[in-house]
Amino acid sequence: MRQIDPDVVPAYPITPQTPIIQGYAKFVADGLAHGELIDVESEHSAMSAAIGAALAGARTMTTTSSQGLALMTEVVYLAASMRAPIVMAVGNRALSGPINIHCDHSDAMLVRDSGCIQLFAENAQQAYDLMVMGPRIAEHPDVLLPVLVCLDGFTITHSAEAVDLLRDDVVRRFVGEYVLPHSVLDPQLPVTRGSFAMPDSYFEFRVQQAQALERSLAVFQHVAAEFFEVAQRRYAPVEAYRCDNADRVVVLLGSTAGTVKDVVDELRLEGEHVGLVEITTFRPFPHAALAAAVEGVDEVIVLDRADSPGGTPPLHAEVAASLYGSEIRLSGHVYGLGGRDFHPEDARALFACERDGIPWLV
Amino acid sequence: MARLKTLVRNQGGVQPLRGGHALCQGCGIPMVVRIVLSTIARPTVVVNATGCLEVATTRYPTTAWNVPWLHVAFENTAAVASGVEAAQCALRRRNALPSDEDVAVVCFAGDGGTYDIGMQALSGALERGHRFLFVCYDNEAYMNTGVQRSGATPFGAATTTSPVGATSWGKAQRRKDMTAIAVAHHVPYVAQACASHWDDLSRKVERAVGCDGPAFINVLTDCPVGWGHEPRLAPHLLDAAVESRFWPLYEVVDGRYRVTYLPTRDVDVEEWLRPQKRFAHLTPALVAEVRRQIDADWAALVARTPD
Repeated sequence: MRQIDPDVVPAYPITPQTPIIQGYAKFVADGLAHGELIDVESEHSAMSAAIGAALAGARTMTTTSSQGLALMTEVVYLAASMRAPIVMAVGNRALSGPINIHCDHSDAMLVRDSGCIQLFAENAQQAYDLMVMGPRIAEHPDVLLPVLVCLDGFTITHSAEAVDLLRDDVVRRFVGEYVLPHSVLDPQLPVTRGSFAMPDSYFEFRVQQAQALERSLAVFQHVAAEFFEVAQRRYAPVEAYRCDNADRVVVLLGSTAGTVKDVVDELRLEGEHVGLVEITTFRPFPHAALAAAVEGVDEVIVLDRADSPGGTPPLHAEVAASLYGSEIRLSGHVYGLGGRDFHPEDARALFACERDGIPWLV
Repeated sequence: MARLKTLVRNQGGVQPLRGGHALCQGCGIPMVVRIVLSTIARPTVVVNATGCLEVATTRYPTTAWNVPWLHVAFENTAAVASGVEAAQCALRRRNALPSDEDVAVVCFAGDGGTYDIGMQALSGALERGHRFLFVCYDNEAYMNTGVQRSGATPFGAATTTSPVGATSWGKAQRRKDMTAIAVAHHVPYVAQACASHWDDLSRKVERAVGCDGPAFINVLTDCPVGWGHEPRLAPHLLDAAVESRFWPLYEVVDGRYRVTYLPTRDVDVEEWLRPQKRFAHLTPALVAEVRRQIDADWAALVARTPD
């Protein structure tokens, strides 16, 4: 955030997001970042102020977690519908109750249908890289939507690991300048933003918003290609890890990918044909890329870190839609709720149970 | 002294809120908006809460606004305004806006969006010291959704959620003193005004937008539907609210109270209550209680006023 140097950052503290906003506040206090930090009185006001700032022509970023995201959900929907290109880091944390401060994806899934772009990071490096790409995707004229960079609470938000940083001037040049075509601060060209839509126009607004989200998949790929030019790190909507000749492939979001990659490596050495698919763009969901990545495998195992009581967990439902009509067997498990650890042995047990046809319990 | 000529000149030939909107006949809201915006001689952006004003002026694809206008939700008007204000500061600093152009940020919200659901965001923005003016058009209930009671609904008023019945005589609680709550934030300017006293309101807006920090003006305005009065009676009724001391006109500049209009006629509260259907059920004992409350509030206000 110091390198992107946004104009306005309204934020409210919540664990495990706090290191982000405290770090940024110190950068501002030390004169190393130059944005207006608004210490708002709630997350609801954080996103509200963010919309005001973004539509007034300021590059705007914020950050939240869990209950904070739940409180601001009303305004997250509005940010998307008002086409405010805000970039927000979400330190993924379980939703209450019971109250719990540790990682799962139930907060992110609460805004699944808000119309925002949702990118999931595997580690601190990816969190950094996706944040740098965030403004370019959000502000693209074909998109103009909020980008939520989801990073697992504590596992990533508090992780101490080596991260390859780009130079300040490289980041500044990469993100460029924020220029909004119709600022509400332009008295010469008065605009009415947030008007009241009746049944004769509401549907059209929603369709345009959905189309913009669909278009953002191509924009993500375009920005990722440019990012590769400056960082030599490659990003795609779907990352397939050792899926060649695989009979069993796990599909998941976020930091657990690191654990499963290690186990895939071990099992491959032991002669098993297993692989991993990591989804980076949960919204828009890359159905075609996912289907291509798992083509020819016998079984896809979906790991959801959020439940949907009485229904199908969110990632499982998306993968089922991607594979509809194919011969691939599909199974799904909910794991790691409220920060329950997922160890390499768990991943091994998962692959083993799927091989032997035994139901696997978390 | 505010003059009509000045207000017309400030508009520069363009009405900030034009005709053709769908607000009711006899509604005081457009009058309040026009007085406020015509008083401000510099470019202005309006941030509007959900409510009658928003719904009746911006039905897509039409708009009644000739100034930049922004609406996000019901409870967050002051928070949105703080974002707009912060953006202006940031953009000016990086020379993306002309340094001599100072756009005023003005919020309009009803009493629901100010006293109740909007109070947290307003309190936060007042405390943080953003440079903006928040105008509450207070018609004393949720009129847009069909006259439900709010924290601003006065003692004894019948609404659809505080109806009169065999065991009820309307709202049993007193209204919240929102103006005093704003004063408690130590902001440079707070005032209470009334749609009937346009020159008093206009002078207050002038002072409010001239100060370096947040300003709050609580403006009483009528609602023919919710109050149950004839539209043509609106100015007389609002005048009676001021003259009977039900709604005193005063300002608080840097914490210092000043009554800006001393009632000149000896108007009894009956003149304020009687033309309104929402008070039609009040017994003499309840009217006496209203009178007692008004006298006590007035005495407390005078006690806070130095001269």
